[in-house]
Amino acid sequence: MSKTAQITVSVNGEKYIEDVPVRMNLADFLRTKLGLTGTHVGCEHGVCGACTLFLDGRTARSCLTLAVQADGAEIITIEGFESEKNASDLIKNFHQGNALQCGYCTPGMLASSIEYIEQGNPADRQKVKEYISGNYCRCTGYQAIVDAICTTIEERQN
Amino acid sequence: MKAPDFSYEKPNSLSDVLNLLSDDNLECQLLAGGQSLMPMMNFRMASPGTLVDLSGISELSVINVTDDAIEIGAMIRYYELQSHESIKKHCPLITKVLPYVAHAAIRNRGTIGGSIGLSDPAAELPAVLLCLDAKIEITSQNGVRLEPASSFFKSIYETACETDELITKIILPKAQTGQLFGFHEIARRHGDYAMAGVCIAQDADLTRRVAFFGVSSSAIRAFGVEKILSGVSELSENIILDAQNSLDEIEFEGDMNAGPEAKKHIAKIVLARALKEMK
Repeated sequence: MSKTAQITVSVNGEKYIEDVPVRMNLADFLRTKLGLTGTHVGCEHGVCGACTLFLDGRTARSCLTLAVQADGAEIITIEGFESEKNASDLIKNFHQGNALQCGYCTPGMLASSIEYIEQGNPADRQKVKEYISGNYCRCTGYQAIVDAICTTIEERQN
Repeated sequence: MKAPDFSYEKPNSLSDVLNLLSDDNLECQLLAGGQSLMPMMNFRMASPGTLVDLSGISELSVINVTDDAIEIGAMIRYYELQSHESIKKHCPLITKVLPYVAHAAIRNRGTIGGSIGLSDPAAELPAVLLCLDAKIEITSQNGVRLEPASSFFKSIYETACETDELITKIILPKAQTGQLFGFHEIARRHGDYAMAGVCIAQDADLTRRVAFFGVSSSAIRAFGVEKILSGVSELSENIILDAQNSLDEIEFEGDMNAGPEAKKHIAKIVLARALKEMK
């Protein structure tokens, strides 16, 4: 019966070995143990999407994942989206198109956007809206975010 | 909030899981995808003594195709079901329903066994299993047993799976030639729990099984509707109206999204839409 565990994780290409309380979620682990505060914690029950990151290649809610469950996993957070996910153009389009204001939802919003684009999905506004429906944004009204995603897909096709 | 304190175990074999489950003192709770359990723990609605992580049991992550059925391991995640060719071919209703189950990031982690074992009244998959007449394979130290979906879902968060038992497989009959499937739900936001939804399976002999979710304490068959629709080849407006009116037999229960009367109204709408989409 263990209340703490040692985990080995790769975060944005770097390997970490850390002792964690088993009740600590992945978002808190990244923020407090590794100092990677780019991952934001919003609702802590999987509804708002702010804490979304990549866990073994697919998006996951880091507030609904225990750090101990990520033992052996590859994690990519917003700090690694440019280097590990080649998302500089998407980030530029978010910036230029005002697809963020306060920026709280942006780490999770970018994660879902990157996954949508990576899967080869089209620049179809309705499909984009459905895909990012698990990410709340209370500033933009979403239109600028949908624009930024569609623009990035179109630019990559040209 | 954060989850309360607990112990964590990640067994490597099914027999180790069953050993842990058989020890009452451990107050075990199985962790599948964690997409409902973790929120419940963060809200302190659930406070297990020992969390038993099932992700190390490889035999629970297998999909088998037999002569007449598809056997889905309890730890198969929604995204795996969504892209699986055998599921598309033999269980088209699952493929139709999955895009409405939560959001992409949740479908990447959530599992079929987790959804079935939780028996959330507003979840889609219990209703799918009911209308497909699925069987659930349950394993304990006493052996393996098969529970029909019709007697599996007891009430909200209550199933026929006992505390020393584990759901190992979901067994779905392959779709037959001439079968048709319908589905419709209404939710406040795409991917949110439905305010009401319905799954319909229509056999070649025009027998129909109709299961609702989000309207009662668990997913339920609407036998009154099935009786009215049985053998009917032309679903006229009058027949659909009769079927809608027969929903008065169901005891609707409200939740945070809608009261019982609103639920009944929405159930009637989703029924009509699902039937019309099947034509």
